[in-house]
Amino acid sequence: MRIAVASGKGGTGKTTVAVALSLAASEPVLYADCDVEEPNGSIFLRPENERTEEVLVEIPEIDEAVCTSCAACARFCQFNALVSLGTPPLVFPELCHSCGGCRIVCPSGAISWKNVSIGEIAIGKSDRGRISVVQGKLNVGSSLAPPVIRQVKTHIPEDSLCVLDCPPGTACPVIESLNGADYVLLVTEPTPFGLHDLKLAVDTVRELSLPFSVVINRCDEGNDGVENYCAGERIHIIARIPHKRSMAEAYSRGGNLFDAIPEMRDLFRDIPRMIERGIAVE
Amino acid sequence: MKEIVVISGKGGTGKTSITGCFAALAENAVLADCDVDAADLHMLLAPEVIKKTDFISGHEAVVREDDCTSCGICMEKCKFGAIEVNSEGKYRVDPFGCEGCMVCVEVCPVKAIDFPPNHCGEWYFSHTRFGPMVHAKLGVAQENSGKLVSTVRREATLKAKELGRDLLIVDGPPGIGCPVIASITGATLLVVVTEPTISGKHDMKRVLELANHFSIPAYVIVNKWDINPGMTGEIEADVVNAGAHPIGRIPYDRAFTVSQINGRTLVEETTGAVVENITTIWESVCQKLK
Repeated sequence: MRIAVASGKGGTGKTTVAVALSLAASEPVLYADCDVEEPNGSIFLRPENERTEEVLVEIPEIDEAVCTSCAACARFCQFNALVSLGTPPLVFPELCHSCGGCRIVCPSGAISWKNVSIGEIAIGKSDRGRISVVQGKLNVGSSLAPPVIRQVKTHIPEDSLCVLDCPPGTACPVIESLNGADYVLLVTEPTPFGLHDLKLAVDTVRELSLPFSVVINRCDEGNDGVENYCAGERIHIIARIPHKRSMAEAYSRGGNLFDAIPEMRDLFRDIPRMIERGIAVE
Repeated sequence: MKEIVVISGKGGTGKTSITGCFAALAENAVLADCDVDAADLHMLLAPEVIKKTDFISGHEAVVREDDCTSCGICMEKCKFGAIEVNSEGKYRVDPFGCEGCMVCVEVCPVKAIDFPPNHCGEWYFSHTRFGPMVHAKLGVAQENSGKLVSTVRREATLKAKELGRDLLIVDGPPGIGCPVIASITGATLLVVVTEPTISGKHDMKRVLELANHFSIPAYVIVNKWDINPGMTGEIEADVVNAGAHPIGRIPYDRAFTVSQINGRTLVEETTGAVVENITTIWESVCQKLK
């Protein structure tokens, strides 16, 4: 079962929840950090024996001796990654989506592929080998997170428990992370920003037809807006995490939820089973 | 014209609350919210929308079932795995997987794939009590957030010129990827809001690397600094080592949440030390712009 942990708003506690689910699970689990722009899970899980692999994408390389400067590739490219001014085209790698279209339309066979690195995957073990940790990391200056997320997901075995820590927002990196998930936990906080962005996240998971429930973090701060919204929309609230200064301090040092609130461990251990039994299915 | 972009790397560090304060303190500015897939600044500034414009960007492939011969070439050539085939051998494009590259349209031997323009969201020109504002809403599960960010910045810049305003204040998105890069390229300076946690520190370092990559000066605020004073000191040392500049600390204060609930900026909500801190930081930022 793949449980994705997402939120519209950043900083609501996605990583705290995803790490807690992994630590509390009563079986082997894979934690996949899909927040590849700012991956933080390893700070809390401290994986050992990490090996890394590069994330390579293909970009066009123009053989200028063969190119006739016809500009068919530049006209075709939907991402403006090739520009030709009556010359062999210039390639802008950071705009290229590696779709292969330029190579298909080039009438003279002047385009080949070369690999460029846009990120890195780190694979390690945590909690004496029980938790497999796969972390994707986008190179600074590279713009395209989705290929890194796709490569993270190639490391997820079928039929095992997997927790995906998603990026914030509702745009392409989130859609890429949610694709293939069986269930989504939306983490929010009871503030106007938290509620507003929760509604966007709910619209997104409903658009993708994914079952979901809500985790309210710092549940005793703020106001009743999130509770009232969930009640009105008949959205199940699967967990409420209280605000404690001790939690904020533990988090600041790289501590996890159970360092501050050990009594929450049982609930987080049971969440995968609750989802399986359909208790929390919308 | 000068442009300040507020970013953070990590989400939830207080970007929007601080941008709201800057909006309240600034004179003669135009405001822009470039966090287009989870925009929140409007909740503090209560913009009155003057003009709404559809954001059409890119295209989406759609198979015409009646004309499709089920040859499967589109599926073979699609690099995004966005073409699906059902048990009856009918092909369709998964709209969430499609990146709009047009390869399937090109390779289809019977030209059975349409390629209509994509309605990805909308953007707004609005009035607020602190001046004009340009903001946007990306459609649910839509692509092209980077292009929508570029549109918001371009329109805000045009508005500023038209109205004779000399400063643009931009609330940026979290992360370091496409929408962040679209938010910061060409900016005068960056205000980076972080928090004294290991995650905040880790994410801030990546944002400062990005600032260096694009050669934009960066000034760092440590928000909620008193949650972990030791970490705050470490972060400020890292800031200097990264070639950026600490520009102030803001204590943890429940007034941030209260002001959000009341739909006001913090400087309108309360007085005292936290407001003095922010006002001093704003004055320092203005000095740096000169």
